Amino acid sequence: MTLARLSAVLAALALWGCGKTESPAPEASKPAGDTQQAAAPASAPAPTEPAAPVVKIGLAVPLTGPQAHLGIEIRDGAQLALDEANEAGVMLGGQKVKFELMAEDDEANPSKATIVAQKLVDAKVAGVVGHMNSGTSIPASKIYSDNNLPNISPSATNPKLTEQGFKTTFRVMANDNQQGKVLGEFATGKLGMKNVVIIDDRTAYGKGLADVVERTVKASGKTPAAREFTDDKSTDFQAILTSAKGKKPDVIIFGGMDPQAGPMAKQMKSLGLTAKLVAGDGVQTPNFIQLAGADAEGHYASSPGVPLDKMAGGSAFADKLVAKYKTKIELYAPYGYDAASLFVEAMKKADSADPAKYIAALAAITHNGVTGPIAFDEKGDLKGGLITIYQVKEGKWMPVETVGGN
Amino acid sequence: MNTLIDWWHRNRRNTRVVWMTFIVVGVLLALLPFAIDAAFGRTWVRIFDFVLLYVMLALGLNIVVGYAGLLDLGYVAFYAVGAYVYALLASAHFDLHLPFWVLLPLGAVIAAGFGVLLGAPTLRLRGDYLAIVTLGFGEIIRIFLNNLDRPYNITNGPQGINLVDPAQLGAFSFSRTQSIGGITFSGAHKYYYLFLALTLLIIFVSIRLERSRIGRAWVAIREDEVAAEAMGINTRNVKLLAFAMGATFGGVSGGLFASFQGFVSPESFGLMDSIMILCMVVLGGMGHVPGVILGALLLTILPEMLRYVGPLQQQWVGRVLVEPADLRMLLFGLALIVVMLLRPAGLLPSTQRRREFKSDNANAPAGTSTTA
Amino acid sequence: MSKFDLFLQQIFNGLVLGSIYALVALGYTMVYGILQLINFAHGEVVMVGALVSLWVSLKLIASGVPGPLVFVLGLTAAVPACMLLGFLIERIAYRPLRRAPRLAPLITAIGVSIVLQALAMMLWGKQYKSVPQLIPAIPLHVGGATISTLQLFIIAVSCVLMAGLLVLINKTPLGRAMRATAQDPTVAGLMGVDINRVISITFIIGSALAAVAGVLVSQNYGIAHYYMGFLLGLKAFTAAVLGGIGNLTGAMLGGVLLGLIESLGAGYIGDLSGGFFGSHYKDVFAFLVLILVLVLRPSGLLGERVGGRA
Repeated sequence: MTLARLSAVLAALALWGCGKTESPAPEASKPAGDTQQAAAPASAPAPTEPAAPVVKIGLAVPLTGPQAHLGIEIRDGAQLALDEANEAGVMLGGQKVKFELMAEDDEANPSKATIVAQKLVDAKVAGVVGHMNSGTSIPASKIYSDNNLPNISPSATNPKLTEQGFKTTFRVMANDNQQGKVLGEFATGKLGMKNVVIIDDRTAYGKGLADVVERTVKASGKTPAAREFTDDKSTDFQAILTSAKGKKPDVIIFGGMDPQAGPMAKQMKSLGLTAKLVAGDGVQTPNFIQLAGADAEGHYASSPGVPLDKMAGGSAFADKLVAKYKTKIELYAPYGYDAASLFVEAMKKADSADPAKYIAALAAITHNGVTGPIAFDEKGDLKGGLITIYQVKEGKWMPVETVGGN
Repeated sequence: MNTLIDWWHRNRRNTRVVWMTFIVVGVLLALLPFAIDAAFGRTWVRIFDFVLLYVMLALGLNIVVGYAGLLDLGYVAFYAVGAYVYALLASAHFDLHLPFWVLLPLGAVIAAGFGVLLGAPTLRLRGDYLAIVTLGFGEIIRIFLNNLDRPYNITNGPQGINLVDPAQLGAFSFSRTQSIGGITFSGAHKYYYLFLALTLLIIFVSIRLERSRIGRAWVAIREDEVAAEAMGINTRNVKLLAFAMGATFGGVSGGLFASFQGFVSPESFGLMDSIMILCMVVLGGMGHVPGVILGALLLTILPEMLRYVGPLQQQWVGRVLVEPADLRMLLFGLALIVVMLLRPAGLLPSTQRRREFKSDNANAPAGTSTTA
Repeated sequence: MSKFDLFLQQIFNGLVLGSIYALVALGYTMVYGILQLINFAHGEVVMVGALVSLWVSLKLIASGVPGPLVFVLGLTAAVPACMLLGFLIERIAYRPLRRAPRLAPLITAIGVSIVLQALAMMLWGKQYKSVPQLIPAIPLHVGGATISTLQLFIIAVSCVLMAGLLVLINKTPLGRAMRATAQDPTVAGLMGVDINRVISITFIIGSALAAVAGVLVSQNYGIAHYYMGFLLGLKAFTAAVLGGIGNLTGAMLGGVLLGLIESLGAGYIGDLSGGFFGSHYKDVFAFLVLILVLVLRPSGLLGERVGGRA
């Protein structure tokens, strides 16, 4: 194929593709290849439309790359919430509306995240569930704020996200400060640890959590024996665990995710380290127990919210998710579900899908989500979030205690 | 495209035609953001901002890889240095807010320093040994940026630096939406013009360098280092200069990136980013400025275009057969393979290389290969 | 645990890690020796090996076959699959470009790597998969340090394969043809060596080793994922260069050394630098050693001095 032909094909594809899906509001100049779909503007459902007006909810998470398994969970959770809203039927401004999810892959890449954010703004979505990582949420949140589009991150934990002073930024996940403090106090208090080694995976999440834990441990008058580091792609922790073993810890606190914590638990066992592993929500997953097998027994992890089976409709939620998408809940599906539900609830309260109108309702919302009761503080953080600590007992995560997050 | 190039080569001596072409291209480039904004939406203005950033990066790498023939797999390190210099000195992190016009050259100079730092120990290395050392260098920079939050917090580690000042010249801020003479310029539009100006400058420098004494020295080293040295070229200095020049361009685009994004974190500067920039250079046509520009353009917009494949699939097949995101990645990989198989010398190889490659095909024995 | 026991433990850790690196590095170095090509897709072959064997193993375990037998059967499925894959990669992505500019096959290699990841993602999903333990890991105590039977098994398998490969290259007609092709393809061709066949076989052998490495890695860490090949491939490539790329013994040496460097680096940087640097600088440490070696010996530890060939 000559270059000319190749570029012609690509250009045609672009023109056509863009015209197809991106056609923004009707008042914008007509896109090329005009095949306007039912992409009605979210804000003002035109009364002449015969079909139910569509309210688009954007979603931006990594759908490819090493963290894709977490991203698809958020997507399926959010999709379930919108499907349920559609089944129940939601009336806005006297009209039945149909919710649609517009899922985009941000590849966990900050540059891509801003492009995706702009794309969602252009598509005139009414709200955005996302982003998943702190590194993508922070630059994207600025674009949402500039365009007065609310976004709810299901999982970004960096405290800085909500410290930017944006009125449009929310999250349904406890931030590092809230969770790290609980973990540190649990280790020094209830576990009565004497000697602790803190390990983190050098991601924004793992490092943030571990730093707060370290501060909390120091505040209790104890000094961590060592701080060790790994990364979020490693599976070999023999070296750092060996030097940890030299410090004779009785507790190892890990800031990171289950793909590392699983093998780590195994290697602790094989090195004869009897310390208890204590980790955050990234480890409180069925996958951790699978990966570590019998060696998962006795370790601890925390998770924001209250145990799923204690929530009204919690286990029903899990069943529905499996039935509909064959997605097992590992970690973030409930948060994706809650974030999407919050939009629906806030829109119902304000009787409008216009961000300018429903954002006040969203900021003031109190909602019983599957992850626990949700309300936002003035920054958009979870207010008084509850955090539950679990322990693996006989191959299952069993709740140990639930603490207030503040 | 080829006829267009032939036309250009026939007419390049005709001053009137050349000036007319410049004016037409200039007007087209100036109108481009408004055209794409109207046709495809603001997203594509933003994508074209990134296209320009990547054009600058690819042109910088082109000096090292394309002109001097030094395979660099850690080029993104210079981008990172530029970005962090800007972010550290123009944000609340150290509460320093140096002006944009000071920081951009500063970032470029510091990046050039890092270029020499990388170049110095690797002068004796050739081919793939150089590749692994540059790769290591890129990783070392990233690891340091990721970890220099303790014992003293310099880079704020993996959590990155937030609320970086936007580019600002006097009272004119590039990030605010603003109405000038009745036309609304969004932040993405204004950055487009800023990036365009610097891209044009870098293109100009690239072309001038290519035709200069230094440029010819680089090519001589690329083709045969021993012969070049015998001809009296100081290979050490000339190689270091290639690294420094390439790094300068990287540093400039890094600073622009930081001001544009308002946030930098180490995850933007991974190995995959280095590899993608290398792909742009090689796929477009190494050592040839229009080719490299085309490579950067295609590889930046292709992944974005492929986002529309998911909805298309739904329309053509009626349901989602393959997860759209997976399909997008698959098609991108296939595109890299197919383009390289069809045009091994790149999409727009330089005339010299095209000739070389043809004669190479005719008489070169199996297994030997032209130098990188 | 005494200081010496800790040190011994770190040596064990490094040996296990290093023998895996060495196995993968062999694949890089063989291809490089013959084609002067960095086969960036090699890490993905390791990943495919691990996932194919996992897939077969899970089917077999469900039907009640005993562990070690499942391991053998999983391996016998993964090895031919990867051999075929290696063969196809060379035919499709590298052979048409043999006379192209040298960086062209590097780009197709990256393309192949992306395609294989996408395919693995479609076939096996995006979740991290837990790999059932098929080889018993009974801890053995040597002084105060421990090493498990599984880890010994990994070291043993690596050694046997490497020895076998050395015999193949140095003592058989095929090995002679491979060495001849590596030295000068044109002359080798004139002497009656079927170069295309030799190159195909090189890829096939390298991929078989990659498959074994994939299975061993997933056994050792109990985890498999479509992205696992990338980092491993990168480390193995580093190891191959450290030893002198193109040199088989060098790849093995480089692999084991890299394993030891990482292990000792992660273990001792913190104490040696007074807490200023920690275990997160272990890769920096490894790369600095590599750069130092290359500055002193520009062709790696055992690499031959290559004159004009750039």
